[in-house]
Amino acid sequence: MNATLVEAVNDALHVAMEADDRTVVFGEDVAESGGVFRATEGLKDEFGGERVLDTPITEIGIVGSAVGLAMAGFRPVAEIQFSGFLPPTFNQLVAMASRIRWRTRGEHSAPMVVRAPYGGGVRALEHHSESLEAVYGHIPGLKVAIPSTPADAKGMLLSAIADPDPVLFLEPKRIYRTHREEVPEGDATVPLGEAAIRQSGEDLTVIAWGSTMNDTVEAVEAVEERRDASIEVVDLRTISPFDRETVIESVKKTGRAAIVQEAAKTGGFASELIATINDRALMSLEAPVQRITGFDVPIPMLAMEDYYLPNPPRIEEGLERALDAEGGV
Amino acid sequence: MSKPIGEPAPAGETSHAIAECTVAESTDMLTRYQLLDPDGNYDPDTVPDLSDEDLIELFRWMLVQQIVDQRMVKLQRRGEMGTYASGRGQEASIVAASYALEEQDWLFPYGREAAALLVQGMPLRDLMLYWRGVEDANMQKDHGVFPPAIAIGTHIPVGVGHAWGQRLAGEDAISALYHGDGHPSTGEYQAGANFASVVDAPALFYCQNNGYSISAPFEAQTGAASVSQKALAWGMDGIRVDGNDPLAVYDAVRQAREHVVDGNPTIVEAVTYRLDAHTTNDDPSRYRTDDEVEWWERREPLSRYRSFLESEGLWDEIDEEAMRAEIDDWFDEAKAAADAYDPGGVEEMFRHLYDDLPAELEDQLAEFEAFLEERPDAMDYIEERPKR
Ligand SMILES: Cc1ncc(C[n+]2csc(CCOP(=O)(O)OP(=O)(O)O)c2C)c(N)n1
Repeated sequence: MNATLVEAVNDALHVAMEADDRTVVFGEDVAESGGVFRATEGLKDEFGGERVLDTPITEIGIVGSAVGLAMAGFRPVAEIQFSGFLPPTFNQLVAMASRIRWRTRGEHSAPMVVRAPYGGGVRALEHHSESLEAVYGHIPGLKVAIPSTPADAKGMLLSAIADPDPVLFLEPKRIYRTHREEVPEGDATVPLGEAAIRQSGEDLTVIAWGSTMNDTVEAVEAVEERRDASIEVVDLRTISPFDRETVIESVKKTGRAAIVQEAAKTGGFASELIATINDRALMSLEAPVQRITGFDVPIPMLAMEDYYLPNPPRIEEGLERALDAEGGV
Repeated sequence: MSKPIGEPAPAGETSHAIAECTVAESTDMLTRYQLLDPDGNYDPDTVPDLSDEDLIELFRWMLVQQIVDQRMVKLQRRGEMGTYASGRGQEASIVAASYALEEQDWLFPYGREAAALLVQGMPLRDLMLYWRGVEDANMQKDHGVFPPAIAIGTHIPVGVGHAWGQRLAGEDAISALYHGDGHPSTGEYQAGANFASVVDAPALFYCQNNGYSISAPFEAQTGAASVSQKALAWGMDGIRVDGNDPLAVYDAVRQAREHVVDGNPTIVEAVTYRLDAHTTNDDPSRYRTDDEVEWWERREPLSRYRSFLESEGLWDEIDEEAMRAEIDDWFDEAKAAADAYDPGGVEEMFRHLYDDLPAELEDQLAEFEAFLEERPDAMDYIEERPKR
């Protein structure tokens, strides 16, 4: 089928609920109205009100009860309406979801998925645009996945639902409907924990994920055209556990790297990537790794959010910096 | 009369005695305080002690709410405003509650109460700037209005702490926390309510139960029959009032305020209905019927209040058309001022984040400004990027 990213999410939910009647979908406004972004459209009609449920406004309740439901043998797929409303769930993620298996020494587990649209750029209200993936990626025991294409969104979500451990599934809402592509029918999974090479190249490795992927590709095309460079684009896809091998192999091949991240600069996931590259590929580097990030400020309300977001011209500049920098080992 | 479809939670019997509507025992829980019935009938002895000017002002502010809502929604459709949350249908409950506050009181809004902020003294221009996503709108000028709480429930414990401070400082003032019927479901609300009763915070929890939280009807929000009854378990008092009756709302909040200012936090639940969509992004036809909306249109608060003003012989003093024209002009002026407002450049993103900007942020700002100088196409990109 030909689908947008959000339609692919919807398709994955249909497939998962059809395949396994332990799958339960719940969250605010997911049933009657099909979700504010229509990601859960049609599910209630098809699977009924016991398995597709509108919940009260309590993110703590949504995530905490998902842990309990999962322990009771179900496969909860909970929606948090916007990633900016994940912070109340932090305690449940940290204290419960991520460590049920560990603290019960494998007796119990929490196979659950928490889905949330994340990122800025859609002129949403305050607190609707947060990109805090690094924060969640820092919680041991929790997997964090971020697709950037419709086919990956479907395949990765199916893997997340089938995963024996809790997965936070962040969906880049800015590109929910910006492009469509062919998405395989049925139970076509894409594994978690594996990065994808979106395009291969020789001179520079660019690492991006989710919301910045399309802008990164646009910037890469512009730079390649301008200066006859060949750039490899790595889509990280999973923040935790992340695919060190693909990143390291690529950097060893090209000798240069740049990372694009929408989140604030300090302590973001780009920092972890740079540390890993230093650990494992320092001797291959021809220049310091560059990063193109948001600023260390909250994502502003809609009038100014475009100043904040790394846009293609800013990404281009960062890529040029990475190509021009000197001073490798 | 049987329960009409979609009426939010059992609205219950109505009563003209406020004591009967105060939740003290479980048997009284659902009683609703009302002075004006839906047809505009009332007992003259129960009309609150308000001057004719005040009674007319109440109407004017309800009209302000209506006109601001209509025009903001129109601006949003034309791409001149961000997402907007209309309060149409809730004019009485929005306006009369804030009208019952004192000037020194603080208002902690959540978003669906434009006129309450204006009554409190917020400039209309700033309200527009807020919905256009300009942070400057939240500058506290000379009015006690906290910025709207977009993340549901977040303002509740903060408002409680503020009220606590008002008591400790010996002020003759309260904090009024506006919220919807979905808010008490959040952990923050429950923490705040419990805390308020322990520290005797002069906090007035003002709930507009408009029947829905986006698509979820009240029944999907809680197993409880009302919001006001929740007060009992938190050690507070609760009053349930007809939210489409401005006189009852005014009277209930006025009396609650007396109680609150003495350190008795109280929930006032106004039973009303949201006639517009949840926000300009919402499509209510997915979750409610036309019949239900029509049922409530017939109980729309402005008409009810008009007939009261007629019976009081005050309607002749009101030229509604002229009043509308005047409010429209005010709106036009505010819009022109909002259009002319210079929200500043990129430095605004960094301003006010810390008292003293850390060196790293100074560097980020300087680098970004230099970059924009060098690459004017980046600025074009920012200005021209499709917004949706
Ligand atoms: C913590 C949090 N979760 C979810 C949302 C999304 N959301 C915005 S308004 C709303 C419903 C609020 O309902 P209610 O409290 O009844 O107030 P109403 O909007 O009906 O006036 C929801 C779920 C949010 N803003 N914050």
